[in-house]
Amino acid sequence: MTDRVMRAREWARPVRPARREVLGSVPQLEQGRPPLLFVPGFGHGAWAFAEHWLEHAAGRGFPAYALSLRGHGGSEPAPEATLRAYAHDVVQVAAELPRRAVLVGHGAGALVVGHALARYPARAAVLVAPVLGGWSTLGAALRRNPAGTLPAAFGGGLRLTPRQLFSRELPDADARRYADRLGRAGRRAQWALLNPDQPEAAVGRPPVLVLGSPDDQVVPLSALNRAARRYDSAPLLFPGMGHDLMLDARWREPIDALLDWLDKEPATRPGA
Amino acid sequence: MPSSTDPGRPDPDPTVAPTRDGRPVSDRGDTVCVIGAGASGLTAVKNLREHGFGVDCYERETGVGGAWNWRHDRSPVYASTHLISSRPFTQFPDFPMPDSWPDYPHHSQLLSYFERYADHFDLRQHIWFGTEVVRVEPVEGDRWDVTTRSTGGYGPERTSRYAAVVVANGHNWSPKLPRYEGMEGFRGEVMHASSYKDPAQLRGKRVLVVGAGNTGCDIAVEAAQQASHCWHSTRRGYWYAPKYVLGRPADQVNDTLLALRVPLRVRQWLYHWTLRLTVGDLTRFGLPKPDHRVYETHPIANSQLVYYVGHGEITPVPEIARFHDRTVELADGRSIDPELVVFATGYLPRFEFLDPALLGDEGGQGRPRLWLNAFAPGHPTLAVAGLVQPDSGIFTLSHWQTVLFARLLRARAARPERAAAFAQRVTARAGERYSGAVKDSSRHWFEVGHADYLRAVERALHELEGGK
Ligand SMILES: Cc1cc2nc3c(=O)[nH]c(=O)nc-3n(C[C@H](O)[C@H](O)[C@H](O)COP(=O)(O)OP(=O)(O)OC[C@H]3O[C@@H](n4cnc5c(N)ncnc54)[C@H](O)[C@@H]3O)c2cc1C
Ligand SMILES: NC(=O)c1ccc[n+]([C@@H]2O[C@H](COP(=O)([O-])OP(=O)(O)OC[C@H]3O[C@@H](n4cnc5c(N)ncnc54)[C@H](OP(=O)(O)O)[C@@H]3O)[C@@H](O)[C@H]2O)c1
Repeated sequence: MTDRVMRAREWARPVRPARREVLGSVPQLEQGRPPLLFVPGFGHGAWAFAEHWLEHAAGRGFPAYALSLRGHGGSEPAPEATLRAYAHDVVQVAAELPRRAVLVGHGAGALVVGHALARYPARAAVLVAPVLGGWSTLGAALRRNPAGTLPAAFGGGLRLTPRQLFSRELPDADARRYADRLGRAGRRAQWALLNPDQPEAAVGRPPVLVLGSPDDQVVPLSALNRAARRYDSAPLLFPGMGHDLMLDARWREPIDALLDWLDKEPATRPGA
Repeated sequence: MPSSTDPGRPDPDPTVAPTRDGRPVSDRGDTVCVIGAGASGLTAVKNLREHGFGVDCYERETGVGGAWNWRHDRSPVYASTHLISSRPFTQFPDFPMPDSWPDYPHHSQLLSYFERYADHFDLRQHIWFGTEVVRVEPVEGDRWDVTTRSTGGYGPERTSRYAAVVVANGHNWSPKLPRYEGMEGFRGEVMHASSYKDPAQLRGKRVLVVGAGNTGCDIAVEAAQQASHCWHSTRRGYWYAPKYVLGRPADQVNDTLLALRVPLRVRQWLYHWTLRLTVGDLTRFGLPKPDHRVYETHPIANSQLVYYVGHGEITPVPEIARFHDRTVELADGRSIDPELVVFATGYLPRFEFLDPALLGDEGGQGRPRLWLNAFAPGHPTLAVAGLVQPDSGIFTLSHWQTVLFARLLRARAARPERAAAFAQRVTARAGERYSGAVKDSSRHWFEVGHADYLRAVERALHELEGGK
């Protein structure tokens, strides 16, 4: 394990604050369960979780929150945002919650969570269809969506198509509506996806769950397995679903599995 | 999270052998005892819990936050106290202060920060408030008997046996008050800065402030604004560093240089040069010339002192020679007639509950001899947290000290050979210093440079975990 104790560069150049959007849904009765903080991937905002998952989690007794990374959703515009600034946003929101939170990252939000875990001892972490970056991410994206990906490789916006994000079960109107809401990540953060710094070791040794779909058109199964192996586990799979598991027609299954896992995991059981 | 013992009132358990003098002892098994719930104690509780240990923390006051809890009788903070270290250097490394806070938060914000830290990590259930530790004694098997009683001294004493002890009792609550000839006969008011709370105490009076630590400088500035006259007595010249240089908090500029590994001499030169450009030559105001280079005394961060000296609201004077009934005679022979003398002469660390020899202080000089200012030779299950006077925020240092101790305790069970090698290093390196040259003074023996110190802790962690 490598603990980085001396962080002169970080202290000398603190991340500039940015106004953040945080949406939340809390259970009617406090049941001692840990709060969940959902971190959307690039292009998505807190809205993606407000659609179904926040309320569903609250209904099962978990206080549930989602933030929009700077430059996304209702947060302050931030075209020059870096991965570090995104991780900073996550840690800021997590530390403001009344109790130690579970971080849930989707897509490239999982990479952001990976970095945040080195700066905040989360109670647990869940990586949903994680995009952890590297050239293989680009390769997969190029193979599946050359027209949307190529401009990104030259600094343009990454365009994901509705068919990459959702299964055919999702009505077209919904798919279009969601796709229209997509924005884009900061140029520098997008570049950093190609060659991301390895996150430092997580502090506080949180248990980590990986889940995704073998039919995800953004994250191939091999990437899911690789991500899970990093944390000595195997991914939970939801065949037939698209990349955006929280918006797709069968959104209930993955969130229920996630909450079941938290209910069983000793670190996240009420009173732990 | 695995907990070796359930939290619960450590009631005396009659099945356990009594202490040497025959009192019953309750055996707390693998539980670790933490003394104090200030910043250092809180981070000790959190990090020990995070590493799977049961913890009993004793706090003689009724709340968390230690020095930063102004409700506590012994809190040294006064109404206007703001941090001297900027936010990134002050917050714990894994629990940031809110973005919306200023660069230099107010002491009430610090208290709310520690209260939120305690709640966020659910630490209060492990803390016994209103309970004072009166004795800590080593017993067989590197374990410890800790005797407590209700604060104030009433009620029975109880003794519990622990696997390890973290001493986090702070070092800014026991006033250091110098004595002078004729002091008893002085008709004016004399107080130590620890009882200074509010500028109203200075209003309209002729005030003499003694000492130019950060406390003395803050109080001199308030006296400049409130008192009818303010003298500021120092026994040497200092570097009065502004809180902002080059448009940024000064400590952030300094760490930019540290990140680039700029050597100390060059940093000192740059610092002298920046000060010359900003505050200028102070001797023309009558301030003595510093008898040392910058960083050789505990840094002062105060942008206002020089300003008020320049406006004639603070009169710098030399050391006190003696007191007369209505006047104070100074070392240069001058006499002044203050109505109130505030001694901002600092604080002394105290460990009354512990035999000084346990901390390597055989002569009882009040200067423990430890490795990393935390680990005592021959006592592998004892650690002190927060016994550092850093040129920066202290909480990050306490955090890593207690992480290191938690890892050491874990290694004792899982990798005893590593724990043994660590113990050897403690013995070999006790007394090591982590700063450049400093002026000899009662306050500088535990001065540390945060960069040197944290790098040493980082190495110690890597060595313990079998890295390089
Ligand atoms: C005016 C002022 C301003 C400061 N500003 C800064 C700053 O800007 N940045 C910075 O990093 N530091 C600053 N400091 C230094 C300050 O000491 C630390 O910030 C911090 O308070 C140290 O925390 P601690 O937990 O080690 O000690 P403390 O805060 O003193 O806490 C020790 C706790 O232990 C308890 N205790 C003591 N003995 C016993 C016993 N026998 N039994 C049970 N409980 C016991 C006490 O009641 C107390 O709650 C400042 C200090 C002063 C005086
Ligand atoms: N705003 C803030 O955040 C803030 C405010 C106050 C304090 N603090 C911190 O709290 C700690 C304590 O600070 P402090 O200012 O109370 O104490 P301090 O740093 O110990 O300073 C004491 C001052 O009194 C002088 N002195 C000591 N004994 C003396 C004697 N016998 N005769 C004459 N002068 C004497 C010292 O001179 P020498 O130079 O000779 O030692 C020094 O100038 C420090 O870590 C400080 O940084 C922070």
